[in-house]
Amino acid sequence: MNMTRSQVARRQRIQDSVFQYSTQFFAVTVLIALLGIIISLFKDAWPALHQFGFGFFASTEWDIIGGEFGGFVPIYGTVVTSFIALLIAVPLSFGIAVFLTEICPNRLRRPFGTAVELLAAVPSIIYGMFGLFFFVPPFAEYVEPALAGTLGQIPVIGILFSGAFNGIGILCASLILAMMILPFITSIMRDVFDIVPPILKESAYGIGCTTWEVICRIVLPYTSTGVIGGIMLGLGRALGETMAVTFVIGNAHKISPSLFAAGSSIASTLANEFGEAEAGAHLSSLFALGLSLFIITLIILSLAKFMLIRMEKAKGVKT
Amino acid sequence: MSNTPFSKHNPELFKKRKFANALGLSLSITAMVIGMAILIWILTVLFYKGFSEIDLEMFTASAPAPGSEGGGLLNAIVGSLLLVGTCTLVSTPVGVLAGIYLTEYGDRSKIAAITRFVTDIMLSAPSIVIGLFVYAIFVAQIKHFSGWAGTVALSLIAVPVIVRTTENMLRLVPSTLREAAYALGTPKWKVSFNVILRAAQSGVMTGILLAIARVSGETAPLLFTALNNQFFSVNMNAPMANLPVTIFQFAMSPYENWNGLAWGGALLITMAVLTLNILARVVFREKVQG
Repeated sequence: MNMTRSQVARRQRIQDSVFQYSTQFFAVTVLIALLGIIISLFKDAWPALHQFGFGFFASTEWDIIGGEFGGFVPIYGTVVTSFIALLIAVPLSFGIAVFLTEICPNRLRRPFGTAVELLAAVPSIIYGMFGLFFFVPPFAEYVEPALAGTLGQIPVIGILFSGAFNGIGILCASLILAMMILPFITSIMRDVFDIVPPILKESAYGIGCTTWEVICRIVLPYTSTGVIGGIMLGLGRALGETMAVTFVIGNAHKISPSLFAAGSSIASTLANEFGEAEAGAHLSSLFALGLSLFIITLIILSLAKFMLIRMEKAKGVKT
Repeated sequence: MSNTPFSKHNPELFKKRKFANALGLSLSITAMVIGMAILIWILTVLFYKGFSEIDLEMFTASAPAPGSEGGGLLNAIVGSLLLVGTCTLVSTPVGVLAGIYLTEYGDRSKIAAITRFVTDIMLSAPSIVIGLFVYAIFVAQIKHFSGWAGTVALSLIAVPVIVRTTENMLRLVPSTLREAAYALGTPKWKVSFNVILRAAQSGVMTGILLAIARVSGETAPLLFTALNNQFFSVNMNAPMANLPVTIFQFAMSPYENWNGLAWGGALLITMAVLTLNILARVVFREKVQG
């Protein structure tokens, strides 16, 4: 009440700077968390990396009793499943994004868009259960024999589609992954398609282009950076996906030329073995796997982010 | 139209282009149908397997012992609520304050730019690695699994979601509002809290709801942190039962009643997550229209 004006001003200044620094502190915690993750994983992975050297990433050995570890099998599984998932999910996402932005009547856009986003919200463990109990049986009974009978007959790539029809395996994990990353890629593609200036599209229509030509020759070139960013974001998701893959990949520690065979990914190996791992080389090797997964996804996601930022800048120029 | 000059000059090409157009668009519609089919297939499976499992016992009894009949998911449901609840309590202030920093203070500074970038990356970072991290810094230090470790892991996933939506929502607040408040001589922190944040209230709520939806279904980060608990427990310092890990263990188990419970839990958790998602959208839409 009796404070002078300068006292009030001083108090407010203090409150303000306290508030500013506390908000800043929380903002920086996210940064610290990221650095903390890398440092702590590296610290725990160091014994394995030190013991096995760079050979860790090339060795297919995974002998828990003998204490010999190499990360090549799960790294291979992770990369292959994510790659096949992208091959399947990208065209589908593109189709859905085209449908949502160009074909769908305005009134239905929101419900369909929400439905696709709900697909993204379904927890990954649900995809895993669904995959194991409802996707695998028909997949083993109908799809795999069909693939073996057609693609499997082609020389060279035929070996990819050979072997026993178990259902679970690399290919099945890839398909489930494709379902999971589909909505992520779709929603980014839809967002970047939406920023194409209408005047560009209208001019194309004006000279007589078909809808498909507008999409391929106007929309896609204009948004290519954003589309690639979206695809890489999907890739980042696929690489780190754990529960769904753990259910359906088969968790076998081997590399087989056939996509029907069981395999393992980094995340599934961690989920299966980490809880029971003895301290020492095994645990440390698992940390090394986690570290490599984290670093691969960091690189992919950073690239994706750079591309999407460029796209956002284009959006700013447009207006 | 039939009398377009083009179709007359080069009917071959015209036909080809029309065909390409029809083919492209129908493939696009096929893609949409496939997408919807997946969603409907998953939801049907969940209801078909899970609906009959949901009864009073599921909410009143704890997990059954291996091989015994009956039992429910009470311990897992309570555990999940505790974990998600504490996670919300921890991550909301952190996320909202960080969001305020990014719009009101940092804005164009380097720290803010880097934080934004890192937040976006953390949004998609593999959740199992976050579990590993919390195991290394928390569980390995205290030498036992604990509910708090689960809370920390979930918060690391929730915070980026809240930061990002808060920032986007605060940005939507018109700067005239900000300026009007400053003109009255209001200190900056009061402007941020009582004017800007209040104006963006429902948007921020959306972010929090989405974050809750995201962490409720997370399994991987809990595997090495909260683990699971066969018994009813509200002790956050001990291993904590939770729905996702319980579903995982029960689904993989050989016991039929465990499998059934897993489906019941799966339906429960999916419905909760989808409802939260839809709720978040409704809250936000009302704000935009109102």
